[in-house]
Amino acid sequence: MSASIVHLTEGSFDEVINAADRPVLVDFWADWCGPCRQIAPILDEISAEKADSIQIAKVDVEANGGLAIRFGVKSIPMMLLFKDGEIAHSMIGARNKEQLLSDLAPYL
Amino acid sequence: MTNDSTSTSPGSPELRKVVIIGSGPAGLTAAIYCSRANLSPVLIEGEPSSTSDQPGGQLMLTTEVENYPGFPDGIMGPELMAGFRKQAQRFGTEIITAKVSRVDFSERPFKVWVGPSEGDPTYLAESVIVSTGAQALMLGLDSEQRLLGHGFSTCATCDGFFFRGQDVAVVGGGDSALEEAMFLSRFASSVTVIHRRDELRASKIMQDRALANEKLTFLWNTVVEDILGESSVEALRVRDVNTDEVRDLPFAGVFVAIGHRPNTDLFKGQLDLKDNGYLVTQPSSSRTNVEGVFAAGDVQDDWYRQAITAAGSGCMAAIDAERWLETQGG
Repeated sequence: MSASIVHLTEGSFDEVINAADRPVLVDFWADWCGPCRQIAPILDEISAEKADSIQIAKVDVEANGGLAIRFGVKSIPMMLLFKDGEIAHSMIGARNKEQLLSDLAPYL
Repeated sequence: MTNDSTSTSPGSPELRKVVIIGSGPAGLTAAIYCSRANLSPVLIEGEPSSTSDQPGGQLMLTTEVENYPGFPDGIMGPELMAGFRKQAQRFGTEIITAKVSRVDFSERPFKVWVGPSEGDPTYLAESVIVSTGAQALMLGLDSEQRLLGHGFSTCATCDGFFFRGQDVAVVGGGDSALEEAMFLSRFASSVTVIHRRDELRASKIMQDRALANEKLTFLWNTVVEDILGESSVEALRVRDVNTDEVRDLPFAGVFVAIGHRPNTDLFKGQLDLKDNGYLVTQPSSSRTNVEGVFAAGDVQDDWYRQAITAAGSGCMAAIDAERWLETQGG
């Protein structure tokens, strides 16, 4: 399995989510969001360490405003966990690695 | 990133010359000075969290910083703090991304717990620099927690983008309220500044800019009674403090900038606090009432509260700690 993080766009979003063989954690982020920058390295680590059980994906909300509207994003960082194409869990705000892993654990 | 760590090794506590708690301009400046003085500091920067700690400090939640000397065209807050952090690491500061759960300043060496507050401390410290800063106050309404991230926001720079073409409100009348209001005016169709007095506390330059901004309107002598909306913000219930008239005003977003409280809960009963909760330092120094414990930045400053004054006091704390350690034969 590839450990790489995928960057989703309005064009690729549904295809990637529906084709995924693992749960997909989608991080809605933007360059100007300080807390988003803090969780970026944490997501890199999780992506590398948990490649078999989770796919990490990112949506740049500035470039993909339609996705932000579609999912009602009003605050970032916001992370949505998709399982079998459906939203299984949603999280608003930054958190540390330990907490993020324990928030995700029930769904993996 | 060799000096990064998110965990600490179990076992016996590690003895350090200097432990720095907090990672805003004060803590990181102290770290730069301490590491250049060969004191091998460890800096505990806190955990990324939207509700309590804010590694990098309050500048992580701002956009352009226009008053930090050396950046004539301004610099983004998170970028400035990334630079501080990198500079501290360059000279060997060890940075721990975790939360201090407990301190014991009753005897030397001081004890600092990271993670569980039971059992052996994580660090024994010959000296400690406290630079835990301050955090934004909320209104204290139940609806705030329910609607946080759903139209109620504590970070205009993170969330303003999502209110393009909508009507938003900013509660407060100081510099940060006006900064948020002007930032939001780039996206929102209107920004209403709700202030409980009939004049602003903000600096003259900010007031001039705000009053000239056509998207901003001001609601004076008004307090927020509640934030209305089930799944997202729909309106604010406001009260005129002179007439007691209550009305509901429709807004899609609400941002709060009503002041700060110092992050001193960890030190209650151990360090002297002022009535307003800020740490007491001795005049023209960073010394607290406990010899060997120094304080810098907003945690001990209820007056200036600037990035540059925080950085300056972080430098003072590092030099005070270094000189004090010398007198201890360290």
